[in-house]
Amino acid sequence: MPARVVVLGGGVGGTLAVNLIAKGLKRDAKVTLVDRTGMHVYQPGFLYVALDQANALWLARDERSLLRKEVDLVIDDATKVDPVARTVTLRRGGTLAYDHLVLATGARLDREAVPGYGGTHDFYSLEGAQRLREELRRFKGGRVLVGVAGIPYKCPPAPVEFVLMLDQYLRDRGIRSKSEIRLLSPLNRAFPVESASKMVQPIMARKGIELATFFNVESVDEGAHTVTSIEGETIEYDLLVLVPPHRGAQVVEESGLTDAAGWIPTDRGTLQHQRHEGIYAIGDATDLPISKSGSTAHFEAPVVASRIASVVRGTAPMAAYEGRVMCFLEIGEGRATTLRFDYKHPPVPPQPSRLWHWAKWAFNRAYWVTVPQGRVG
Amino acid sequence: MPLTITRTLDLKGFACPIPIVKTAQAMKQLAAGDLIEVFATDPGSVKDFAAWSKATGNELTETSQEGGVFRFVLRKKG
Repeated sequence: MPARVVVLGGGVGGTLAVNLIAKGLKRDAKVTLVDRTGMHVYQPGFLYVALDQANALWLARDERSLLRKEVDLVIDDATKVDPVARTVTLRRGGTLAYDHLVLATGARLDREAVPGYGGTHDFYSLEGAQRLREELRRFKGGRVLVGVAGIPYKCPPAPVEFVLMLDQYLRDRGIRSKSEIRLLSPLNRAFPVESASKMVQPIMARKGIELATFFNVESVDEGAHTVTSIEGETIEYDLLVLVPPHRGAQVVEESGLTDAAGWIPTDRGTLQHQRHEGIYAIGDATDLPISKSGSTAHFEAPVVASRIASVVRGTAPMAAYEGRVMCFLEIGEGRATTLRFDYKHPPVPPQPSRLWHWAKWAFNRAYWVTVPQGRVG
Repeated sequence: MPLTITRTLDLKGFACPIPIVKTAQAMKQLAAGDLIEVFATDPGSVKDFAAWSKATGNELTETSQEGGVFRFVLRKKG
């Protein structure tokens, strides 16, 4: 009987993992992907939608079109995982039995975690990005505050990229001189990685982008148009853009598979659940001490696919994840740098150049025909 | 002033800014003068805790290192 492999979540990690498992095991496995919407969304594009540089249509594709034909796609909501009976319960009825389960359930946005968050703008969901785009089109100048409302969050460079791109957007609209842009940072620098901060801060200063240091967002008062930090500082705004707090998916949390914040306790190397054999976690869903980003999921998926293939074939699983992550960081003026790191090696960003800017641009466009299918390593 | 540690945070393995943010959040729950102890492995945290203490007025009473693990003790300002 072929092994039953179930993957929950059709994001970057789940899609790549399910394709690699189907490709590697062929008839030795029956491979099923469960996805809530059946649409694959390219999340790095939200930033471009918010700033009116991309149409939302570019960001979504039919998940089926990205999957190998051997993969069964079930469009439904997984509501419960039973790690003892080895079953997944679906909302519309029925259960799926598995021998191997991959949790690629991602992160959800938990806006209620910040008192007063209400309708504060963000660019971390398609709806949020579209709403912010409309707000920016109406914006006539004023003070814009950009910050992070909780950690961990996806794509650590995004707030820095956003303020630099917003500066250009407001210049193009002719209202930059009537506007203030201030980045609220949890540290005393623009970016956690000190060397990258040193590259980006002089550019921010030159563009008149201010930095509020050690500002950890505690609450928002939409009526008074103020945001207050844990450190006790209160700042007024005309437009507030925050990265909402993140937590793990409901299905894994309610199935008792997570820690208190909803993240899955995951072995750093094997990516197996720390308490349950045969369950693996990849991407934003894990509790690993590394960045939550599509690239993390992209590097983890082949490890899980290879380990499952080994177990099914009765050989010793050898593949291990070393914590590899790679991000682009746009620093403005048409230049970008990269942050490449793993568990043992902190990032040493190269000098910013146009080359990396174009590499990011090319990656955004080539994504659909390369990453989900495993064509780039 | 209490000399015993009120709260301990184990933030080993986490990169910045997580140690600072988690500490700031935890300190919010403490009373003025309480001591909090933080364990971290990120080498950048040494400079970050010193700067955060200076900026916020929460005193950094101890910084030590043993076997790659840093230990910070902070006193909530009162």
